[in-house]
Amino acid sequence: MKAARVLGAAFLLLAASGCSRLEPWVKPYERENIADPIMAWDSNPVSSSYMQHVYESREGARGASGASGGGCGCN
Amino acid sequence: MRMQLIRRIALLLLLPLTAVAGVLPEDRADLMYHSYDGGGVTIDGPSLLVRKKFAEKYAVNASYYIDMVSSASIDVITTASPYDEERTQYGVGFEYLRGKVTYAASFSNSSENDYEADTASLSISQDMFGDLTTVALYFTRGWDDVTRRGDATFADQVDRRIYGVNVSQVATKNLILGLSFETIAEEGFLNNPYRQIRFVDPDEALGYAYQAEVYPRTRTGNALALRARWYLPYRAALQADYRFYSDTWDINASTAEVSYTHPLDDEWTFDVHYRFYTQNGAEFYSDLFPREDFQNFLARDKELAAMQSHSLGFGVAYEFKPAWAAFLGKAAVNLKYDRIRFDYDDFRDLRTTGVTAGTEPLYQFDADVIRLFFSGWF
Repeated sequence: MKAARVLGAAFLLLAASGCSRLEPWVKPYERENIADPIMAWDSNPVSSSYMQHVYESREGARGASGASGGGCGCN
Repeated sequence: MRMQLIRRIALLLLLPLTAVAGVLPEDRADLMYHSYDGGGVTIDGPSLLVRKKFAEKYAVNASYYIDMVSSASIDVITTASPYDEERTQYGVGFEYLRGKVTYAASFSNSSENDYEADTASLSISQDMFGDLTTVALYFTRGWDDVTRRGDATFADQVDRRIYGVNVSQVATKNLILGLSFETIAEEGFLNNPYRQIRFVDPDEALGYAYQAEVYPRTRTGNALALRARWYLPYRAALQADYRFYSDTWDINASTAEVSYTHPLDDEWTFDVHYRFYTQNGAEFYSDLFPREDFQNFLARDKELAAMQSHSLGFGVAYEFKPAWAAFLGKAAVNLKYDRIRFDYDDFRDLRTTGVTAGTEPLYQFDADVIRLFFSGWF
């Protein structure tokens, strides 16, 4: 149920975004550094998801790995 | 014997966590050789991942992966016989981009001689707030069939549900923040059908005897992760990650990691990272139970023991434009190496005999993990 509440809140956030007039505080012309490939959360999904698998096979914790995976089904 | 590994892999699969919604992933193929060597276990094999866009709105991906395992782990050599086996896995996925929203669906199958796992996943990801924020929601179902070699009478299942959310936030022109939350609910046969626990038995020469593990048939875990990535004053990136995990088996774990990425010219990129992990033991875990059938649930899986791990890793990538493959816009060769130390606080090395049961040295081992892969963008 806790997960359902969290996801419900996230869906509301998504829905509310359609009404947003929030001004972006980092302008598009200021995003050169952020857009640099070295700033990607996960440059190589084929490798990072493999490492994730190495750890989760040998440790009790799992999940919330963030950007790894990338929908690639790569491990 | 490797069911836990397979179960975990299923969790990793197809997580549709597109880091940048509103943009489909690049057309890219990766061919990787992976190798793990540690604790008497060697696992290696190839992995292939291909992604392709159509009309800037649709993208498909396909993957194939093989593990070739040779196991003489501490569990195997103390209670069974070394073995070799192979696991194969394939996955397919589809993504559809509409405006700032990306929809994704994927499926994978993993197969070995005593474990079969199917996993399906759906996700939705959206850019918002002037494209400074990306929110992704995903839901994954897993269906596993568990069998036991040499025992045709044993068959069981695992049913799995995963709910997750990822938020990526541009905080400043040099800083990105990330937050992930995931709940994993499992029901079914959650232990390894081959693994055994030990209990005190004065009639045995070793001072202990074995019986089969017994686990609860449900497990729910929650993981919350925070991460930050900085663009440094010179062209390099620094990242810090922290994850807290807690589940209904009373395992609490923390993971902390820091990594540094340094490009050199336009061709070379170097990475270095350090990761620390710590957990307490599951409520029903013991290295040595006082007697047979001591309690309802019994575990001696070192993965459920109090433990720590330390990892130090390096990576180097070389990017180039291959003259021999004109259809590739660019290509890269990557080599990554990690050294991992696992230390157990309550799992003893039973290769040591001739001492009082429960006083054997604590177990520890090192592992070497290598990934060598070629990537082509087309």
